[in-house]
Amino acid sequence: MEPMEIAELIKGKFPSEVKDVVEFRGQVSVLIKKDRLLEIMKYLHKTPELYFDYLADLTGADYMGKKEVRFEVVYNLLSIKYNKAIRIKAEVPEDDCTIDSVIGIWIGADWHERECYDMFGITFKGHPDLRRILMPEDWEGYPLRKDYPLKSDLGEKEWKPYLEVIEIGKKNLAYEVR
Amino acid sequence: MNELLSAFGLQQSVDFLLQLLIIIVKIAVVVSITMLHVAYATYFERKVIGHMQVRVGPMRVGPHGLLQPIADGVKLFFKEDIIPANADRAVFQIAPFVAVFATLSSLAVIPFFDLFYIANINVGVLYLFAMSSLAAYSLIMSGWGSNSKYAFLGGLRSTAQVVSYEIAMAFSLVSIMIMAGSMNLIEIVQAQQQYWYGMYLVPQFVAYIIFLIAMFAETNRTPFDLPEAESELVAGYFVEYSGMRFALFFLGEYIGMIVMASMAVVCFWGGWMAPPILIELIPPLAMVPGIVWFILKVYFHIFLFYWVRATVPRYRYDKLMSLGWKILIPVALANVVVTAFVKYIF
Amino acid sequence: MAVIKDLKTKTLSVNMGPQHPATHGVLRLVLELDGETVVKCKPYVGYLHRGTEKLGENKTYPMALPLTDRLDYVSSMSNNIGYCVAVEKLLGIEVPERAKYIRTIMGELTRIANHIVWIATHALDIGAMTVFLYSMRDREWILELYEMACGARLTVTYPRIGGVRADVDQEFLDHCYKFTEEFPKLIEQYETLIDQNRIWLQRTKGIGVLTAEEAVNWGLTGPTLRGSGVPYDIRKFAPYDAYDQVEFEVPIGKVGDVYDRYRCRMEEFRQSNSIIRQCLEKLPGGYVLASDAPGYDLAAGPRKKPAPPAPKVEPAPEAAAQPAAPPTPPQPAGPEFEEVYVATEVPKGELGFYFISDGTGKPYRMRIRSPSYIHASVLPRMCEGSLVADVIANIGTIDIVLGECDR
Repeated sequence: MEPMEIAELIKGKFPSEVKDVVEFRGQVSVLIKKDRLLEIMKYLHKTPELYFDYLADLTGADYMGKKEVRFEVVYNLLSIKYNKAIRIKAEVPEDDCTIDSVIGIWIGADWHERECYDMFGITFKGHPDLRRILMPEDWEGYPLRKDYPLKSDLGEKEWKPYLEVIEIGKKNLAYEVR
Repeated sequence: MNELLSAFGLQQSVDFLLQLLIIIVKIAVVVSITMLHVAYATYFERKVIGHMQVRVGPMRVGPHGLLQPIADGVKLFFKEDIIPANADRAVFQIAPFVAVFATLSSLAVIPFFDLFYIANINVGVLYLFAMSSLAAYSLIMSGWGSNSKYAFLGGLRSTAQVVSYEIAMAFSLVSIMIMAGSMNLIEIVQAQQQYWYGMYLVPQFVAYIIFLIAMFAETNRTPFDLPEAESELVAGYFVEYSGMRFALFFLGEYIGMIVMASMAVVCFWGGWMAPPILIELIPPLAMVPGIVWFILKVYFHIFLFYWVRATVPRYRYDKLMSLGWKILIPVALANVVVTAFVKYIF
Repeated sequence: MAVIKDLKTKTLSVNMGPQHPATHGVLRLVLELDGETVVKCKPYVGYLHRGTEKLGENKTYPMALPLTDRLDYVSSMSNNIGYCVAVEKLLGIEVPERAKYIRTIMGELTRIANHIVWIATHALDIGAMTVFLYSMRDREWILELYEMACGARLTVTYPRIGGVRADVDQEFLDHCYKFTEEFPKLIEQYETLIDQNRIWLQRTKGIGVLTAEEAVNWGLTGPTLRGSGVPYDIRKFAPYDAYDQVEFEVPIGKVGDVYDRYRCRMEEFRQSNSIIRQCLEKLPGGYVLASDAPGYDLAAGPRKKPAPPAPKVEPAPEAAAQPAAPPTPPQPAGPEFEEVYVATEVPKGELGFYFISDGTGKPYRMRIRSPSYIHASVLPRMCEGSLVADVIANIGTIDIVLGECDR
């Protein structure tokens, strides 16, 4: 079954949920609404002819100001049995920054979801142990959001050699320090 | 004059003092030689293991690194002696001395050659057991006194290990006692001369293997170095020690190795005596002093310690226990029974 | 036993790491011990977090390449290749044949180097010290080969987007060939020391067992997964570089314990060796860098020419400034996003790069799916209920490098 067919299958099964299907370089991504995520995921996991048993990757993306819905949670799925991959993207709006956890389907999503929470501030409902993982526990802000500054705003108190590096960087057009 | 002395019972006193002096001189000789020996046993170990592991070992300090042990010793003794704030100070400070005391006092009964020993007691084997058990206290004390979890686990492991392997070791030596009919180490050595090969190694091969395994466990060497398992418990019981006290633990371990190797030599390899058949075949060998044979045999065992260390992985705690209790002790017991039967029948 | 039940006992919580000789870096495990048995195991990672993903978003594609060296510093070449393969897919660059073969050689050399470090540390953790020094001796050979090809030994940055940096010379090929001839004997040396050793078998057989379903469900990859009997290897599933032109087998285990994973990696030594050999024999001539390989100041992303209607920077502030504006059709106004997820088989497992591109020379989002991160997450499952000594064996068998785990 070609990835596009799988996407059509999902669209046929959940017509109200699928918002968009895009193919790029042979990879198909399906953009869905987050409400019935678990159902769709269970369908993909359990259906014998799909059998997406392996969650290759789970991550977030921040489209601040570029798309209507700010966040997307991206699931890269692979069926080891059929060697077919598909990408599911669930929209997560900024004002309701929660999504269902898929840990019940793929237990390997555990740390991926914790990282996504850590980096984007997206809360995964049903995750048993949602804590920060890469950043310190008392860290403020979510580093991979687009509005998170790349450097701190210490200004004059900044470490001197670092300021010099910034000056050099500004002269070089290839760098752009935000 | 003599009458005068004996009249006041002073003759005995002088004799006694003289004997005491001789013993003190002997102790001084044995201890100083052993200490020097330990320093170079570490050098020997590093060289042996180095060459086994396709490297050269210490090469920098002195020619071929010969002064390395001295440099190490000087460094360790001048380092700061750190005591953790929450440690049980008294226990923490005493523990390394217990280790050295126990192993050094074991040296007292070992007959090095012909009649050179510090003490000749009738229960020499038992005394050695007592002292090697005492060494376990130092591990427990340091584990407890450090007030560190890793050290504590190491201490607990060593307790269990020493207790279980002591039994196997004792039983393996019981068969030797049966064969020699004595617990006196000198008599054990002399009894071995009845065979043309001059050692209990052949008739008591099973006991020797058990003793060898228990020997590794008693001295906490690989593959039984669980108390200090470097990769699990960091360094185990002496993780909190530094400077001189750390050096004392090392000293204890190496003297322990020498004591155990000597014990194996005395009980199984015919002590300082050469095998009679060898003397018969090559008569000039009779000129070789006993200490040379003794040292050669001891060094073979010490080499064995290093060889094993470079070869095998570490045992797991439960496997170690099951090896001790389920294999070594029953086999050693059976060996005792068989030995007793054979001795009774013939 | 009734008496023991009535005893009031307490578990001992031991903090293993971040500084510990056996945690392969700065992994921290908080263990709850009941005697020697692990009741609970909680891993903490992130001590080496450097924000590679965030950094990548602010550098052009070629500039972010050196960052990937620092992920898995034991097998930096594979990371570079993985990154380049992903970016090439995104930009649609076709790599010259010769470069593909050179990359395959390098990738497999790296696999050998990585597995050498793995067997060295794994055996050292279990207590077999000599294997460590034997294998380090042989790793030196591979590092010298790296040095010959690119001048660096550890953080190489040798592959480039669209090829490799420089062609290899005859001297390299000769040395490499000699290596492939000698290496099988060296593998036997390691196996002599541990393969049939009873203590080694006792320490590895039946420890850390993961069934096939479980391993897949956890998302494990690489030899860690194949030890459980799942023949998932991206070199076979989605061949990149020259892997579709060489013959090799994917060794798999049966039980899924530490020993099976050890056997898998030992077999991979031989397979990698044979792949290198085949590549050396087949190595075609030609250029090693694609003509359309991007330079450092990469202006445009996947679409070669910047899309004419929209200057890339403008729409963003507009949209941000007027959030309440009626939803204009987003496609023409904002940049169009293109995305690829490309995985490569690095020695430790599946290294995936997920790029979201907005058409500029910098990735809009760069995501690194590192195998070590997932492998570290399975530790509680493997360790709980086992002994302290098995924790060490389990950490060794999943083959993690914390630089990659924490990114």
